[in-house]
Amino acid sequence: MESITPILEFNKTCVSYTKQTMAVKYVSASIEKNKITAIMGPSGCGKSTLLRAVNLMHNLYPNIRVDGEILLNGENILNMEPIDVRRRVGMVFQRPAPFPTMSIYDNVLAGYTLNGIKLSKNEKDNTVEQCLRSVALWDEVKDVLNKKGTFLSGGQQQRLCIARALALKPDILLMDEPTSALDPIATKHIEELMLELQKEVTILIVTHNMGQAMRISSKSMFMYLGELVEYGDTATMFSNPSDERTKAYLTGKMG
Amino acid sequence: MNDKLYKILLFVTALLMPIVCGGVVFALVTDAYEAFEHFGFLNFLTSSEWSYTEGDEHYGALPFITGTLMTTLLALIFCIPFSLPVALFVGEYFKGTRIAAVLSTVTDLLAGIPSIIYGLWGFYTLRPIIMALNISPQGSGILTASLVLAIMIIPYASSLSAEFIKMVPNDLKEGAYSLGATRAEVIGKIVFPVAGSGIFSSYILAIGRALGETMTVTMLIGNTNNIPESITSTGNSMASIIANQFGEADGLRLSSLIAIGLILFLITAAINMIGKIMIKRTRIS
Amino acid sequence: MTNNKVKKRLAKDRLMLWGVCLFAAMTATPLIAILGEVLLKGYDQLSWSFFTEPTPTAYKAMKAIEAGEPIPGGIANGIIGTMLMLAMASVFAVPIGILCGVFLAENPKNKFAQFVSYLTDLLQGTPSVIIGIVTYIWVVVPMKGYSAVAGSVALFIMMLPLIIRSTEETLKILPASLKEAGLALGGNRARVMMKVQLPAAFGGIFTGVLLAISRVIGETAPLMFTALGCSFIRFSIDKPISAVPLLIWEFFNDPNLQELIWGASLFLLLFVLTLNISAKYIAKKWNQ
Repeated sequence: MESITPILEFNKTCVSYTKQTMAVKYVSASIEKNKITAIMGPSGCGKSTLLRAVNLMHNLYPNIRVDGEILLNGENILNMEPIDVRRRVGMVFQRPAPFPTMSIYDNVLAGYTLNGIKLSKNEKDNTVEQCLRSVALWDEVKDVLNKKGTFLSGGQQQRLCIARALALKPDILLMDEPTSALDPIATKHIEELMLELQKEVTILIVTHNMGQAMRISSKSMFMYLGELVEYGDTATMFSNPSDERTKAYLTGKMG
Repeated sequence: MNDKLYKILLFVTALLMPIVCGGVVFALVTDAYEAFEHFGFLNFLTSSEWSYTEGDEHYGALPFITGTLMTTLLALIFCIPFSLPVALFVGEYFKGTRIAAVLSTVTDLLAGIPSIIYGLWGFYTLRPIIMALNISPQGSGILTASLVLAIMIIPYASSLSAEFIKMVPNDLKEGAYSLGATRAEVIGKIVFPVAGSGIFSSYILAIGRALGETMTVTMLIGNTNNIPESITSTGNSMASIIANQFGEADGLRLSSLIAIGLILFLITAAINMIGKIMIKRTRIS
Repeated sequence: MTNNKVKKRLAKDRLMLWGVCLFAAMTATPLIAILGEVLLKGYDQLSWSFFTEPTPTAYKAMKAIEAGEPIPGGIANGIIGTMLMLAMASVFAVPIGILCGVFLAENPKNKFAQFVSYLTDLLQGTPSVIIGIVTYIWVVVPMKGYSAVAGSVALFIMMLPLIIRSTEETLKILPASLKEAGLALGGNRARVMMKVQLPAAFGGIFTGVLLAISRVIGETAPLMFTALGCSFIRFSIDKPISAVPLLIWEFFNDPNLQELIWGASLFLLLFVLTLNISAKYIAKKWNQ
């Protein structure tokens, strides 16, 4: 058996909106470093809620609470300062949303500006170039770095948002259906990009799209009604699901 | 009623608006003409003399233009530290909660209080305080009027600003939070820049309110017809000189007061137009 | 090092929250102070006769003060004047305002309608003192005297844009399906407007009218140049007439009558705020 390094562990993680409704129920799982792990499931199964909990997004809304543990490199982030956690955990959302008042250049560096970290001109230039290169956007925008990011295409905007998250050198990158608002070609670009990126950063992606999970992820979770039904190698899960509900979902009888 | 008649009826009623507005401009211009003709337009604007000794009449608008600009500007400065927190409270921190609704009701009620009652409050409560603090001996003046004016425009500035702050997309805020920003940083670096032009335009409209406010200023500004030397001096605004002297004026003095009214009308119209255009642009983008 | 920096940022964040709460809460103080002062000082003066008797002359008031008695009389002349002028202004402003609002809502793309819409904004932003001057020139000068009619015209001009806007906005947020369903059933545009859209928009328009009334009822400056004031109860529309805010102004300027200020202010304030709150309440009920 090869040794695996868990970077992120869910330990009986529960997320509830009110006392009665639990959106995520006792999820336990270990996420491996430098791999892409996909979370699948029909809408409303709690997959996005679980992902957002890793970035402590629930702290922004008073009525959501998270119980259990979420361990990042062995530390329970639920007891940590949200702004510290969020710096170490990058997140990319469904709809690309570059900051409209900032230039492309400033968008990449937004994490630093927002956190009040000063960089030298040289460091800034290097970070911007490196991040934009790693999302394969550099060649397309290197001449318009001082323009606002909003005129870019949807796919380009989403890559800019990925670059923005990568700039802070996160331990793990969370992606919440990052291609659901994009056309097939842009989706394909982003998928290729993720395969490239997993060398540098662990990716946890929520996807509605089974094909996408199959194409890019090495591990997959299947969630249903807030529970983690099945978790294992993507190839195994798709060829030979062990749970009836997973099978039903994968064969299109659900969701 | 058939469609044709219906359309004609609506059109004819709507014609009333151009007639009323045209009438406003026409009345002001014809009756102000005497003053402009007698003193010259530029001279009227820049003269600081206001004396109605018979046979030696001199009227100039400068003291009142200065008074209006001073009270408005000061009111704006005093209003920002309160209206901006109210807007953030209602539009961001406690958006959609009951406590935010309570605060909105408070500002709505502030907007509903008639200006003459603000004037009474300023005169009987605020003025003694100003005197007790030794800020100015007579208590009334530019500063006193501006303070009350500031309270009066808080609702206008805050409710519109709150609307623009509410409109900042959640996507952007969450994006900033996900990068590790605190709420204060999200507000400073995302919410304000994104809602900035909207917030700015709501202050422009608040200025439009303050420029023409009459009774409060009349009761508190001290009613002297010279250019105020400092913010604690007495003075008169364009609206307050009209309120003070219109009833007793005739001839050249009446025409001069109407001329001041015309200038005030033009300034407020311009300010309001700029504000509205800015809001429309912001809403579209 | 990093930890210190984070602590600093969090402290700033908390400071901002508390600052916002503190300053926002402070905005309520003037409201409480004004309501409190008017209520405390005005409460004693309210009596039945305060609402049924006209203002005393300065001489009568002076005599009463000298004798150590409360000032006789009340504000009946002002209340009647206010009601009379409001009624006359509303009779014209409500139907005309609604029709203009309907015109704007029916022709959103029309150039003339856009012009009218712009003028509505212009009129709404015009300081009330200027409406007073203009009404003086239009009505008082040709009629050779101050009158209730002139006061009503001033109030009418101030109410008009408010009613136009609320009608237009209420009609615009009605679902388009409502109009289409009406037209599909074979109604012509006038009938659909009268029988379907306007009834559906009633709550919003009614709120707008109440707010318009509450906005103009406290107006003082324009009435000073038009209605002028009058110390006895009068119902004729071609003579000077009093109004509650005019009385407050009069009491403010006459040392002998100063005792009456607060009762009159309390009446005006309660009237305006009640109108305001009920308008908001109706709007809320109607929206549900």
